[in-house]
Amino acid sequence: MQIYLPIAEVSVNAFLLLGLGGIVGILSGMFGVGGGFLMTPLLFFIGIPPAVAVATEANQIVASSFSGVLAHFRRKTVDLRMGTVLLIGGLVGAALGVLVFNYLRSLGQVDLLVKLCYVVFLGVIGGMMFFESLRAIRKSRSGAKTATRKKHGIAHKLPFKMRFRTSGLYISVIPPLLIGVAVGILAAIMGVGGGFIMVPAMIYLLGMPTKVVVGTSLFQIIFVTAFTTLLHATTNYTVDIALAVLLLVGGVIGAQVGTRIGTRLNAEQLRILLALMVLVVCFKLGLDLLIKPSELYSIGAGGGH
Amino acid sequence: MRWLMLMFALVTGPAWAEEVVLGLSRDKVAITATFEGSDILIFGAVKRESPIQDKEPLEVVVSVSGPSRPVTVWRKERQLGIWVNSESVEVDGAPSFYAVASSAPLSEVLSEGEDLRHQITLSRAIRSSGALHGFKDTRAYTDALIRIREKQGAYKVNEGGVVFDEQTLFRTSISLPANLTEGMYLTRIFLTRGGKIVSEYDAFIDVRKVGLERWLYTLAHERPLWYGLMSLAIAIAAGWGASAIFRVLQRR
Repeated sequence: MQIYLPIAEVSVNAFLLLGLGGIVGILSGMFGVGGGFLMTPLLFFIGIPPAVAVATEANQIVASSFSGVLAHFRRKTVDLRMGTVLLIGGLVGAALGVLVFNYLRSLGQVDLLVKLCYVVFLGVIGGMMFFESLRAIRKSRSGAKTATRKKHGIAHKLPFKMRFRTSGLYISVIPPLLIGVAVGILAAIMGVGGGFIMVPAMIYLLGMPTKVVVGTSLFQIIFVTAFTTLLHATTNYTVDIALAVLLLVGGVIGAQVGTRIGTRLNAEQLRILLALMVLVVCFKLGLDLLIKPSELYSIGAGGGH
Repeated sequence: MRWLMLMFALVTGPAWAEEVVLGLSRDKVAITATFEGSDILIFGAVKRESPIQDKEPLEVVVSVSGPSRPVTVWRKERQLGIWVNSESVEVDGAPSFYAVASSAPLSEVLSEGEDLRHQITLSRAIRSSGALHGFKDTRAYTDALIRIREKQGAYKVNEGGVVFDEQTLFRTSISLPANLTEGMYLTRIFLTRGGKIVSEYDAFIDVRKVGLERWLYTLAHERPLWYGLMSLAIAIAAGWGASAIFRVLQRR
């Protein structure tokens, strides 16, 4: 069934959108990522104008994250205090990110920067997670007990310490604030929620338990993407509500299914799956930059100069 | 002899004239939520006061063009091992949709001069402000624009697509794709003889969004904050709804 999208001004198959929303929703629920880093490129592929895809995706992430976070609230796996600290950083970062984005757009080449951002970040994070999880699995197989050594990193030495009871941490608020800002900037530039960067950062940099990480990142993502949606709606008029509804119907159902799958898998398997997925997307984007495209020309909106 | 002909033409001009009487299967296209494109039948007759006197056959050219918008055409180049957009050309008036159909190959029914004046063929209809950034080869860019849009079904050339019976009745069908931009679509019908245009007739097809599509579009542009808040409300309601439904399902 074809459906005409009022803002994007293109006609697409409704079931295709429902299906895409569903698949990305499952991943979102499983890993606590918003799924934007998968959905945004997919929307480009089916011919949605990039500006509309990025803005609408932000709105859809609000829905799937909200759906996901409710399940985590019930299981008490959301660290509200940590989430709030990350959120404050995130809002500041998102505002900065929009400024950076507009500055880069005035220079041209913003497309390239976005793609390079994807390749570099996905590559580094995916690789790190993959090898880390592989090592952990090998250790547990060989029977050697993985000593849960308390990491006393930089987060313990800085001032403004705060107790994060749900995470079982007593650390400085500066690292989480900085992570929030960094993720906010990236989120605004790359048009994603930023969960795929925040989740590993929380695990490896802050030392939060994996169980709490997913719910907390979802909590933060809701507010940052809601903020982004409003910014896009009021400045660029690029939020397509019809597109959003189709994506989120699939997305929220998928997120519920995904959260339940996530609780059945163990943390290491979950991590290795996410790592593989991140690497696949990275590889595909990198390939597009390296291989000679079949059509050298492309059409952009006029008046860009 | 030629003088005589001209005199004759001047004196009896109006009686000689061949005019188009046009019919459109529809002059309004409503874009609804389930819009899947639309076929428009363009048909008509040639009205003449006296019998055909010329030896050269009359031909018909029909063009339909959507609203023009400026576009930037980018060219990719390899730099430091990766393919990046390097050079661009601004085309300051490219129609969002363009279809041209004729009763015989365009090169036969239309002279270069007439094409230049009326901008009928694809490459003429797409004006380029060219050489804006000092590049000579703007032709390659406009060609690329046509090639990409043809692949998307937005630009169409159908030589021989106009059926022309007895030098009097003509008809052709132009299919508008589902990805249509709002606006007034200019429909032009040209009668040509020996490459020269002897008559032109213009009509408009009104393409616009209706119903829910119209309402959402207007809201998004006139009350963007409310539209944004509504989008968020729908998102949160959907998220909560799905969570609640699944909880009920799981309890059973």
